[in-house]
Amino acid sequence: MKVKVILFAYIRENIGFKEREIEIKEATKVGELWNEFKNQLPRKNNLRVLFAVNEKYVNEDEELKEGDEVAFIPPVSGG
Amino acid sequence: MSYFKVTIKAINIDSVVNRVLNIDSGAVVIFIGTVRKSSHGREVLYLEYEAYENMAIKEFRKLAAETKSKWNVKKVSIVHRIGRLKVGEISVVIAVASPHRDDAYKASRYIIEKLKQKVPIWKKEAWDGGLEWIQGT
Repeated sequence: MKVKVILFAYIRENIGFKEREIEIKEATKVGELWNEFKNQLPRKNNLRVLFAVNEKYVNEDEELKEGDEVAFIPPVSGG
Repeated sequence: MSYFKVTIKAINIDSVVNRVLNIDSGAVVIFIGTVRKSSHGREVLYLEYEAYENMAIKEFRKLAAETKSKWNVKKVSIVHRIGRLKVGEISVVIAVASPHRDDAYKASRYIIEKLKQKVPIWKKEAWDGGLEWIQGT
């Protein structure tokens, strides 16, 4: 099944895309998907990443569904 | 109505405040966040803001709802700027209207603190040594 992955800020720059549709297997958890991406970040970092599915924060055990929009949220710094 | 926006354009303070003025409120507290000249002991050249825009607006709406459940708050407006901002420019304006000032002050403080912790907006700092994403503020 397909999901849309959106990246921001530090993660976007290091992984190298803003938005991409990817193929994953049924019932993949958002944390499992992140494990496949996080290796692409520089080694030393211990970034505290949050997960959002369809514009809402979820925990790492959230199972993804066809068509979901998944965002990996690095530490925020608005204001 | 309450009003929430992420914009690439300079924020007009009056327009944010006008959204919350109402005859049931005797107090409006305005918080304005601006780009400071120095940060982490170094001189800032400019900041580059980025947002997960749709989600940021949903989070703004949630923060406003939370303040309404905690205090007597009538209206809330939150506008955050993104893109490149020079030192001294306005990055965020929050206006809160309440019948009495105590609630308005508390709600205003609550919103800016939570915004910095939860809302998916990021800033990258440019200084003469390079560029760096700021993590938490």
